[in-house]
Amino acid sequence: MSKYLHERRNSSIAVGSAGQVAVRDLVKRYADVVAVNGVSLDVRGGEFLALLGPSGSGKTTILMNIAGFDFPDSGRIEISGRDVTWMSPDKRDLGMVFQRYTLFPHMSVLDNIAFPLRMRKVGRAEREKRARAALQTVRLDGYGDRRPAQLSGGQQQRVALARAIVYNPQVLLMDEPLSALDKNLREEMQIEIKHLQRKLGVTVIFVTHDQTEALTMADRVAVLNLGALQQIGAPKDLYEAPATEFVAGFIGESNFWPGIATSDAAANEQLAVQLEGGEIAQACAATPLRKGTQVRLAVRPERVRLGPAAAGGVGGTVEEAIYAGSVTTLMLRTKGPILRARLSAGDETAEPRPGADLSLTWRPQDARAYPTS
Amino acid sequence: MTKRPTSFTLGGRTYSPAASLLLATPFILVMILAFLLPLFTLLHESLSVPKFNLDNYARVFDQEVYLRVMLRTLRISALVTIAALLLGYPLAWLIARSRGLLLGLLLIAVLLPLWTSVLVRTYAWLVLLQRNGVVNQILTALGLVDAPVQFLYTEGAVVLAMSHVLLPFMVLPLYAALRGIPDDYMRAAQVLGAGGFAAFRHVVLPLTLPGVASGCLMVFLLALGFFVTPALVGGPQQMMLATLVQQQVTELLDWPFSGAIIGVLLAFVLCLVLIFNRLIRLDRFVGQV
Ligand SMILES: Nc1ncnc2c1ncn2[C@@H]1O[C@H](COP(=O)(O)OP(=O)(O)OP(=O)(O)O)[C@@H](O)[C@H]1O
Ligand SMILES: [Mg+2]
Repeated sequence: MSKYLHERRNSSIAVGSAGQVAVRDLVKRYADVVAVNGVSLDVRGGEFLALLGPSGSGKTTILMNIAGFDFPDSGRIEISGRDVTWMSPDKRDLGMVFQRYTLFPHMSVLDNIAFPLRMRKVGRAEREKRARAALQTVRLDGYGDRRPAQLSGGQQQRVALARAIVYNPQVLLMDEPLSALDKNLREEMQIEIKHLQRKLGVTVIFVTHDQTEALTMADRVAVLNLGALQQIGAPKDLYEAPATEFVAGFIGESNFWPGIATSDAAANEQLAVQLEGGEIAQACAATPLRKGTQVRLAVRPERVRLGPAAAGGVGGTVEEAIYAGSVTTLMLRTKGPILRARLSAGDETAEPRPGADLSLTWRPQDARAYPTS
Repeated sequence: MTKRPTSFTLGGRTYSPAASLLLATPFILVMILAFLLPLFTLLHESLSVPKFNLDNYARVFDQEVYLRVMLRTLRISALVTIAALLLGYPLAWLIARSRGLLLGLLLIAVLLPLWTSVLVRTYAWLVLLQRNGVVNQILTALGLVDAPVQFLYTEGAVVLAMSHVLLPFMVLPLYAALRGIPDDYMRAAQVLGAGGFAAFRHVVLPLTLPGVASGCLMVFLLALGFFVTPALVGGPQQMMLATLVQQQVTELLDWPFSGAIIGVLLAFVLCLVLIFNRLIRLDRFVGQV
């Protein structure tokens, strides 16, 4: 197969800082909006980093600055240890796959893939050989003579991928490359891209607003909101220990319950919180907290434990039980907000009926307290 | 969906072939009465007066004067097309890249001349280029020339003025073609290693070829039959076909011979359009993006 590509990649990764991308204090303004507000990222060589955030959070802007289609108001971009902040895109030796199909319509599939080699003055025979190998890597052998318009959306993005890797760039940028594809194809391509990335050892920065996509594909995920970096970490860290209230709500689902800290607490230290409604619950401080600080407690629905009424913990009454096959979601009326709890099918606890009074508990580390700004 | 060639959809409504025909009737009538009928009368006359033969056509090609006018018309039209393309492409590029106020201003600058009479624009060139015109005054003031330069009644002046007058017909299709290329194509080309000019040569230019072709065809065809500008800015040495026809008709009243000239021109234009039609099939796959 593409042993050829593989070998070249391995030889080029031997260099010390190959494939590292560093974004330092990036600030980018457009007229009256601050698209990116002081973001710093360190992407390791060969790492798969996902940039995740809601629409307008600055993901594309960061990618455009890394690629060189846009230049920062302040801050720096380094690729493989070189400062490339003001370098033009064609000199950065990056691969890129765009959201919209960008295969050149007037060239055949093979010519499209060979295009970057042609720009690098690679000879015709060599060009063709490598383009065919890349086409094989994305499992489209035999499609070389077609026009892009004769391919499906998924095939076009695979060709775009082949075109982006054929010249062995150390860094691959992707801006929602799968968002135009339907669900099944998207999941298939996610796996394919992940495999390819592992095999080539290439650094990937992958923009998406689909958290499942980010969590399943990435080694680390950087969560952005309103142009600011919220948290960067492994998928599990983001889910288990969201650094901000935004992350707690954005990654997975969380119940939020306002309250007041009853004591000082360092980050990740346990403390008691007086909840809105008067009850006391154990929690874990997400950031250092002072006694009397207004906080919001975030608890994941599947971490809420249900027990018989008056068994300690917080009181709740079942309002509604929503059955959805593998899980059942309970809507619980409490002295504070309505709480969601999730039961897996086969949970030994009998499924509570609407109207049942229960006690709700959670492990302290499952209830993270965020100061309300 | 079956396609009925004569039915068409407008404002969400599909019109039957009969309705389409009815709607097109005024246009068709005007075309027949004001254009096709006189044209056929003229062509018929060119073949049948004084006798039914090709004598009139032979005369067009026999006499060197006429042949020279014809070749000159082709040459000037070709030069005008090239000049308009060279001037128009960068302008269209600039317009396609600009936004907001600049875009509006540039578009108006291109369109305004279209809404101004050709006569007015040609007189403007007369004012600029005459012996004591603006250009000569500037040149003399700067000491670049001792005596006023003879600009008017030269082929250069004809090409210059005609290029200006016909420029919008080049810029508009080019602008449309450039506007149709998504920014991401340029970005893709760049990130793949194509510096500015390479990206233009390998991606933008091929994608705008249909626009280039239609702009060139439009300008060339309009130039072939252009009357006012060459007649005013050029002298007898720069006479073009339209002026020749006008002379034959109004001064010599030689309708049959005029018909022959027009017949030759028409045949030439038809050939061009047919060739163009074949070439433009190129845009089939380009258009499918
Ligand atoms: N060229 C531009 N001119 C003006 N404002 C811009 C421009 N590009 C981005 N913005 C603004 O900057 C902010 C960040 O935009 P960006 O495209 O980076 O978001 P995103 O995270 O990629 O969002 P999406 O998920 O919708 O693609 C937005 O408020 C956007 O309106
Ligand atoms: Mg975006």
